[in-house]
Amino acid sequence: MKPAPFDYVAPRTVEEALDALAEEGSRVLAGGQSLVPLLNFRLARPARLVDVNGIAELGVLRRSQGILRIGATVRQAALERSEIVARHWPLLAQAVRHVGHAATRSRGTVGGSVAHADPRAELPVALAALGARFHLRSRDGRRTLTADELFQGPLTTALEDQELLEEIEVPPLPAGARTGFAEYARTRGDFAQAAVAVVRTPERTTIVTLGPHVVAEPAADEHAGALLAALIAEAMPA
Amino acid sequence: MRITVHLNGAPHTAEVEPRTLLSDFIRHDAGLTGTKVGCEHGVCGACTVQLDGEPVRACLTLAVQADGAHVRTIEGLTRDDRPLHPLQQAFHEHHALQCGFCTAGILMTLEAFLREHPEPTETQVREALAGNLCRCTGYSAMVEASRR
Repeated sequence: MKPAPFDYVAPRTVEEALDALAEEGSRVLAGGQSLVPLLNFRLARPARLVDVNGIAELGVLRRSQGILRIGATVRQAALERSEIVARHWPLLAQAVRHVGHAATRSRGTVGGSVAHADPRAELPVALAALGARFHLRSRDGRRTLTADELFQGPLTTALEDQELLEEIEVPPLPAGARTGFAEYARTRGDFAQAAVAVVRTPERTTIVTLGPHVVAEPAADEHAGALLAALIAEAMPA
Repeated sequence: MRITVHLNGAPHTAEVEPRTLLSDFIRHDAGLTGTKVGCEHGVCGACTVQLDGEPVRACLTLAVQADGAHVRTIEGLTRDDRPLHPLQQAFHEHHALQCGFCTAGILMTLEAFLREHPEPTETQVREALAGNLCRCTGYSAMVEASRR
């Protein structure tokens, strides 16, 4: 099937994009790998698409003062190829290899995967495990959310209609941290049937499964949680 | 909207709606029917072309997003001096196609993959092909052809 008609704007600045998003019936078009199927099936019929791919500053992936900053339109392929990410946040490099296929990663964005929030998506799991923070912006202002605050359920986030996910911020891993990611999917590139991301630091252990769902941050039951996390991390070290 | 897409090196200009998919622009506006349309939601891979050198799903790209970009389709795989690209020749010799419907998407995917991984293992090729569905061949001949 083909999409229903819509208006299309391609702003060059974030401010222009936010103005366009403030109009009723507007939706962000980033990589399109999740949105365009919905358009093709006519499950989504927005009045207007706001194509943010032309906004240069949103496409920047950089490490600044130890923090990873992922602009909204950074391609999944860029995350996959980044030596900075492979070196400092190998969990992300591991997780993104499971996302779709090369042809979808060349267009699909990290921000888009987060904003779409498929319950079986891998990147929200890895980002939640790393304690990522999500910078949202609208014409009315800015706000920053944790993964817990952002992801509310299947295909549901705290993003308002007129808000743009501008940047994802990932803090540095502490020295001595070990991370691992594993998933079971029926075929390569398919959404995960089950997935887990583990981050073990000297201070705490974080285990996140699909949802994303933080299932254990051992405080009360240090031994059991730490043992489980150690088993997982040994099984699939990053 | 008036767009110009550089298709296999030649500029092609047309008036399109924002909702026109790149796959339909390629097939109907430009008349290049080598690129096939299967599922129209990005999972079958039949529509795979190369946009600025990278494999993409033409069914998930709006034609307006390709304005000014360089798109290579199966028709652009061969070079003028040869009838077939070496990959096509290998596919022919290894019987790596039957009905041929998936073949264009497979070749555009593989050509890009082999550029980055010139000597892949069998597992790597099979993983690279995971995003292109073939109902006829069982893929083994494709794997052999690409490792040659």
